[in-house]
Amino acid sequence: MSAATMKTCRAVMALAFAALLAAPAPAAAQEAPDALVKRVSQEVLAIVKADAKVQAGDQARIREVIEVKLLPYFDFGRMTALAMGRNWAKASPDQQRRLADEFRSLLVRTYSGALTQYRNQSIDYKPLRAEAGAADVTVRTEVVRPGQAPVQIDYSLAKGADGWKAYDVIVGGVSLVTNYRDEFNEQVRAGGVDGLLAALAARNKGGGAK
Amino acid sequence: MTLGTRGFVARVLRAATAFAVCALAAGCATMQGGAGAPAPFASKVDPFEPFNRAMYAIHEPIDRNVMRPIAQAWVDHVPRPVQLAVSTLFGNIEDGFSALNGLLQGKWDKAGNDLGRLTVNVWGFGLIDIATDAGIPKGDEDFGQTFGAWGIPQGPYLFVPLIGPTTVRDGTGLVIRAYASPFNLVNDIPFRNSMWGLGAVNLRAQALEASDLVDRAAIDRYTFIRRSYLQRREYLVHEGNPPKPKDDDE
Repeated sequence: MSAATMKTCRAVMALAFAALLAAPAPAAAQEAPDALVKRVSQEVLAIVKADAKVQAGDQARIREVIEVKLLPYFDFGRMTALAMGRNWAKASPDQQRRLADEFRSLLVRTYSGALTQYRNQSIDYKPLRAEAGAADVTVRTEVVRPGQAPVQIDYSLAKGADGWKAYDVIVGGVSLVTNYRDEFNEQVRAGGVDGLLAALAARNKGGGAK
Repeated sequence: MTLGTRGFVARVLRAATAFAVCALAAGCATMQGGAGAPAPFASKVDPFEPFNRAMYAIHEPIDRNVMRPIAQAWVDHVPRPVQLAVSTLFGNIEDGFSALNGLLQGKWDKAGNDLGRLTVNVWGFGLIDIATDAGIPKGDEDFGQTFGAWGIPQGPYLFVPLIGPTTVRDGTGLVIRAYASPFNLVNDIPFRNSMWGLGAVNLRAQALEASDLVDRAAIDRYTFIRRSYLQRREYLVHEGNPPKPKDDDE
């Protein structure tokens, strides 16, 4: 497939996806957080299990799946602010926007590598324990893989103007946001917000971790 | 090769003592500000950070160039049933220790599961994990968690070459665990050493996905591993419901 065809394909897919989202907009806005997590994770799992390109490790295709299927349900602004902690206020609006962008790229990168490992898994969804009007909930799931201990994966979601969005993922007790809070803190301490931005950018350009 | 059981244990203990002494020395040097290291920020959880980072610098190339490739070759080239049998064999020992630690913490149902697993897996000669297929969940209790359940805090974070992230509390648990290993009772030294080696490969193989993830996700591996380890242990001690971390920065 040429780059141009690829681009067209992606544009068409994005359009189709937008249409899909736009059509039942009122319903989608009211989709319960646990229903959202279940629908999105099942969609992604179905693709991982069926898509030959994903299984073959085609990075472009894997990134596309993540961008289209997963990322619309993450609130990167909130995630970045939480990971920054008190350093968030030290960043200018422009720095904040760039930080959220870089953080987003880093997570795409992380997810792209992990996606193909989930071929043989199934997901158990725990009943949602939240009060009726809650605007911040944790959806608990358990990932089961043959021959291995199950892993609990929890999603923290907050309700915003355009529906529920995830702002943290907790894998086996390890919160992504908490992990990055240490990382961000350390970089800001050493080189300021610009130092952190530079470290994230270098990381996203393909450089290895220290 | 002529080391007896006692010799080995003594060696482990000597190493642990030497390690603790070095750690303390490094810690004191840091506090006096004269370590000469690049002086990373010494936080409450990791007061020996300069020393730990030095240990990590020793560990990382050995792990990347020796331990990881061996574990990866094991996963890629050894027939799956053999891998499963080995992991079940060592799993039985862990089930035994998990049962003991469940009992020490008064977690009777968990200990019951672990003992049930051992009993059931006897019928698979300890090589086939019948218990998991029968739906008896695998336990994960260890001495570090028992100390935690008793209210003993983690203490300073430690990074030990070849072993990885731990803390004073969990590391003490590991030393007890090494002391109590059933393989220490075996007098056939080559056999016992092979078992230690096989156990190490099995353990490292199980952590391959985690280390791949760290490679992709971390900005600074040392920091990423430290926070992951501490979060994971906190979660295990509190049976999956750790108190919400405070939103402070350190």
